[in-house]
Amino acid sequence: MTSSRLMRTSLPRMLRSPQLLFSGGLVLAITLLALLAPVISPHDPTLVSGKTRFAGPSMSYPLGADFLGRDVLSNILHGARTSLSVGICSVTIALVVGTITGLLSGYFRGWLESFIMRAVETILCFPTILIAIFMVGFIGSSLGNLVFVIAVVYTPRFARIAYASTLSIRENTYIESAHVIGAHTTRILLRHILPNILAPLFVQFSMSLGQAILLESGLSFLGLGPAPPTPSWGRLIDQSRRFMHLSVHGVAWPALAISITVLAFNLLGDALRDQLDPRLRGKG
Amino acid sequence: MGTFLVRRLIHLILTLFVVFTAVFLFLHIIPGDPAVMVLGGMDANPTPEQLESVRKELGLNLPLHIQYAHWLKKTFTGDLGTSFVHEYSVSVEVAKRLPRTLQLILPAMLLGIVFGVPMGIIAALHRGKIIDPVISVVALVGFSLPVFILGTMLVLVVSIKLGWLPPSGYTPVSQGLAAAVSRSLLPVSTLAVAPMAMIMRMTRSSVLETLSLDYVTTARSKGLREWRVILKHVLRTSLIPIVTIAGLRMGAMFGGSVIVERIFNWPGIGQLLLNGIGRRDYPVVQGVVLLVALVFSLINLVTDLTYAFLDPRISHD
Repeated sequence: MTSSRLMRTSLPRMLRSPQLLFSGGLVLAITLLALLAPVISPHDPTLVSGKTRFAGPSMSYPLGADFLGRDVLSNILHGARTSLSVGICSVTIALVVGTITGLLSGYFRGWLESFIMRAVETILCFPTILIAIFMVGFIGSSLGNLVFVIAVVYTPRFARIAYASTLSIRENTYIESAHVIGAHTTRILLRHILPNILAPLFVQFSMSLGQAILLESGLSFLGLGPAPPTPSWGRLIDQSRRFMHLSVHGVAWPALAISITVLAFNLLGDALRDQLDPRLRGKG
Repeated sequence: MGTFLVRRLIHLILTLFVVFTAVFLFLHIIPGDPAVMVLGGMDANPTPEQLESVRKELGLNLPLHIQYAHWLKKTFTGDLGTSFVHEYSVSVEVAKRLPRTLQLILPAMLLGIVFGVPMGIIAALHRGKIIDPVISVVALVGFSLPVFILGTMLVLVVSIKLGWLPPSGYTPVSQGLAAAVSRSLLPVSTLAVAPMAMIMRMTRSSVLETLSLDYVTTARSKGLREWRVILKHVLRTSLIPIVTIAGLRMGAMFGGSVIVERIFNWPGIGQLLLNGIGRRDYPVVQGVVLLVALVFSLINLVTDLTYAFLDPRISHD
């Protein structure tokens, strides 16, 4: 089954899944809001003002202002840009690198396989946030470094999925036939194996996006995220929680934004898995 | 069983060795001179003579493989080095703080099991009725709710709005059990939610799977009471994946505990790590990495052994 056929047979059924439509729509809406942030934000997110300190919701400040008088809504919209771009960049890198290494080690086996898979298992047995804290702690937390670190901690998951799927696909007769008729190795890998291992990788991609966004905001919360003035959900919460007894706007709204975003990606991943994994079809 | 244990121990030592080497290489690849850090960073304007003497003292002027051998030998004897900043022994500091972190993690795991397993069973037994999706949604929310948000919200509601519990701080058990419990109630609950949600989900699917097996039907048709079938026949088989997930979560809770310790100002391993990172105190960070790797591998080992104990069918030869 090639990827185009995968899409053809799955698309009509997918459109009947309410969870998929709901979570997909939510993800789309969040992405749009992030893209349009500079246009629709009522204020400059970094604008500090003494007059609006701890201001409640108003026409001009719909979600109130934080302890520095910055508009909470503008910070949330711009923070979405930071979180989504870090998440998408890092998980895409992880997807590409992980798929390539998993594909190669599953197809060629031998010393490459044992070396890569041993490394993958070692990384996977540690919690992602700890590895990320260690690495960011040593190399610093610029945006580029964050993308690099998150990509590193998520690559093993993709590598393991690609590896396991490749192992089972390569035993098929049609791979042998392709060999026999003289197909080039690159062609076998790209045309015959890759399309067949994509479905579980897509599911993992969606799940990992939510988790990467969570990781980024968690690191920011710990003071290991992108440095100011880059708006960040995690840092906004960390700074505002010290003034929670005076005002909750700076904590509650970004917290809600993070929760909804992560939930949307998790739901999307869940729905995709139900649709793409034939073994799960029809099960609750 | 004996050979299995030996094999797992060798695996454990290999993993630690890999982590050790990775940390060593990582520290020597990244830019930045530790000698400069010891002398207070570039702002302190250290003289070349000062730098030279510090390098000698730390052995940084030796070839890389000799430094590696030295470090390996020291670590093997339990010496994790001395903090750059405060000159305390990292081993002593870590030994002092690890129990405090465990004081959060272990009760949280216990809470997760005590609430997660029964709720998972209830959801499985009421499949298709209203209670099942309700429990599943609770699990999904609990699983998606980030630790730092949950902790912050608990402080806001329970401490600031209701004033029921202190918002942060640590009281050792030696200063009274009640005070210690009231201080740890919030951080422990914060840590417990994610494992509870995962255990709940795992229990539900695992029990559902077991319920469809023939021997359960047999047990029921023998006329055994339903609770007896569930507790004696279903739960034992279902426990295996539950134990695995609990073991895996246990490790992940070290990550969560870094965040929880920061929110609640709890002087454990996580705070040590964050302070070490903030001050570029490499021996401290290294020490914590190695310690966490060790504790982690031990937890994995115990999980595997429990596994073998629960299901005699699993052969390890």
